Amino acid sequence: MEFLRNMPFFCIILSMVSAVIISIMSDKAARVFSLIVIGAVGIMSSLTLIYVVSIGESYTYYMGHFPAPWGNEIRVGILEAMTATLFSIVMFASVLGGMKRVFIDVAPKKRNFYYIMVDLLLAALLAMIYTNDLFTGYVFIEIMTISACALIMIKDNGHCLVAAAKYMIMSLIGSGLILLGLSMLYDLTGHLLMSNIKEAIELNEASGLYQLPLTVTVGVLCVGIAIKSALFPFHSWLPDAYGYSTATSSALLSSLISKGYIFLLIKIMYRVIGMDVIRETRIGNVFFVFGVVGMIMGSVRAIAQTDVRQMIAYSSVAQIGYIYMGMGLGTELGMLAAIFHIFAHSSAKSMMFISADGLSYVSDDSKEFDDLGGSAIKNPIAGITFTVGACSMIGIPMLAGFIAKVCFADAAINASTIKLVIVMLALAFSTLLNAVYFMRAIISVYRPIKEEDQMKIYPRNPKFIVACLIFIGLNIYLGTNAQPILDLILEGIGMFA
Amino acid sequence: MSKLKENYKDSASQKFSDFMTGDLEIPDSPPARKKPDKQDKIVDADEFFSEFTISDDIQRRELYQAFRHRRFVKHASKLYSIMSAVIGLIIIVILLITVAYLPKFGNKSNPDNNIVSQRYIENGLEETGAVNIVSGMILDYRAFDTFGESNVLFIACCCVLILLRNDDDEPKPDEDVIDFKRDIILEKAAKFLVPVILVFGIYVVLNGHLSPGGGFSGGAIMGAGLILFANAYGFERMERLFSYGTFKKITFGALLFYGLAKSYSFFTGANHLHSIIPLGTPGAILSSGLILYLNICVGLVVACTMYGFFALFKRGRI
Repeated sequence: MEFLRNMPFFCIILSMVSAVIISIMSDKAARVFSLIVIGAVGIMSSLTLIYVVSIGESYTYYMGHFPAPWGNEIRVGILEAMTATLFSIVMFASVLGGMKRVFIDVAPKKRNFYYIMVDLLLAALLAMIYTNDLFTGYVFIEIMTISACALIMIKDNGHCLVAAAKYMIMSLIGSGLILLGLSMLYDLTGHLLMSNIKEAIELNEASGLYQLPLTVTVGVLCVGIAIKSALFPFHSWLPDAYGYSTATSSALLSSLISKGYIFLLIKIMYRVIGMDVIRETRIGNVFFVFGVVGMIMGSVRAIAQTDVRQMIAYSSVAQIGYIYMGMGLGTELGMLAAIFHIFAHSSAKSMMFISADGLSYVSDDSKEFDDLGGSAIKNPIAGITFTVGACSMIGIPMLAGFIAKVCFADAAINASTIKLVIVMLALAFSTLLNAVYFMRAIISVYRPIKEEDQMKIYPRNPKFIVACLIFIGLNIYLGTNAQPILDLILEGIGMFA
Repeated sequence: MSKLKENYKDSASQKFSDFMTGDLEIPDSPPARKKPDKQDKIVDADEFFSEFTISDDIQRRELYQAFRHRRFVKHASKLYSIMSAVIGLIIIVILLITVAYLPKFGNKSNPDNNIVSQRYIENGLEETGAVNIVSGMILDYRAFDTFGESNVLFIACCCVLILLRNDDDEPKPDEDVIDFKRDIILEKAAKFLVPVILVFGIYVVLNGHLSPGGGFSGGAIMGAGLILFANAYGFERMERLFSYGTFKKITFGALLFYGLAKSYSFFTGANHLHSIIPLGTPGAILSSGLILYLNICVGLVVACTMYGFFALFKRGRI
């Protein structure tokens, strides 16, 4: 049992070393190997979760021979282990479900690079989730940025290159701001380790030193991460990047990469700056306003789309808005709702991207709603998965999205009156808009088939079916078994402080 | 401006050299100003639609949308440039004000003069065995970060490979003839310099734990030597020394060794087990535990990445 302490370290090193090993593999071996690695990481993360729950407290783990402020260190708590487990499951299903599309989209000699990028992305996600050191976090932000960019541009056409260039520019501005924030924070506190920074900030607060630079630092860090996770006014890179890249890339980008940054932000809020200082700076109100505007604007733009992938992409803008709104409420329940929505959204959105790809596979690779008519009948499993994902996003009971929305409403009741009114109105309006565009999508994919198409038979893709089943299972599990998960998240937030 | 461009005759430098050699024809009238490209400027609806013959409703709708889009872009781009200037100014002012409130640079009582740097300076030699404290810091105290950094290099190189790699294996006929011109001065200079540069790079890498330098700087020097060689003698001769296969093998071997060696060290460190890696006597070439070997790995990866970038940008293959 004691040996399970090492699991997070094994996860990170395994995914990094496997990326190096894949570089000399053939593309078929690379596919199998990277799936095995992601699966192994999933199993090890769940073992970590079991271990942390059983010991009931978080623990730190040296990365080297030296104790914390000198050497590197990772920290494992319930929330970290849960996020790692869920992310690796989502990643496994996304890679599995989109494997055939990657095979079609990527040039033969570049295919094993795709899996290098996937593995390094996994390593970066895990390191960002577990790290207890801000600079380690930054190093892995860099890896994540580059690998995300490669995942977009590896499908070699004009749209993807433009999307990757847009993503690169926006994302590097975000990285630059984060680096600026980190260096100012180091200047103010003299530490890079999260817990030490927090101590130093508390000392500074008590003596009234460096108030203004600290506020600017918090602002710079938050804006940097908001750009990288596509909060509303910074979402301009998102629709192209999600809409044109290959299906697995879209799923990974929307459900894992942006969520990884948000997780880091939550960690910074709790473990680096401290919630008291965060409340004093009122950055939460900024998140709240932009989150609410994003919820509405993202949905409005989604209604205007005629392309299914673009529609899902704009819907992501709205869902990111939900998460920031929850964080902006400034209460523990708000944070709980935001974290649960991270889980719900990453399981539902990746599912929608993968199933939308299955739908366009049977419609001559078109993504327009006009051509997708009847595709759900031709490819029933993709149709069902798409419907489940859409229902989860709208907030139909028994699915993950419903629980998230209930949590948001619950959190709003405990916040101030004005926030309560705004949250309730925004939730109602946004749900209505969600229903409008998702229902239209579902109706159009279930249109009756034209007669000449009825005879066509499409080969079944077992990998795709398995991935769809994993996604459906995950969503129903999150939707029906929410209470223990919510309890664990609350316990995990308690461990953060 | 080089003469490769078609309109080199219009360029200022060409006119200047013409003037110096007396070739310049002085025109009688001042040159006609270039008319602005009309296509981009039309925002008047009648003018816009007069360019097209409209046959049906759908076409009319599409055209109208295109017209609105063009008008929007014209107005928006004006607004954007003003807004971006204003926002940029605001951010500059905020950051300048912030700098004024930060701790004074070099002050003894600054927060960053604390136990962390103290232990690095006082116990660094004893704990890591490296005379060069910086090497001790990046490759022993914070080796995990450095592993991440070497992976950044690796992934950056993979990205450039994805973007620029030509998929055809056969080198195009007379590719090297176009790209590569023998230059006797460069060749002689390279013959003289390349061995010196490479040996110096190897020296910097191998002495990374004893003197300033290390994997990153030494690797950059070696990479520069390789690039000089490729420039002087062409890629064909370079390939005898360094091909894509070599590149893959070296990067793979170095990163794998780094990963495995450091995993062992992390694992023993975290579980408080005894590590079999000896620290050696500080100052000797074979000392300071893993740092020497890790420096070699980092140096190899950096050199390969530098040369790889050059080759890929130059001709799309390594």
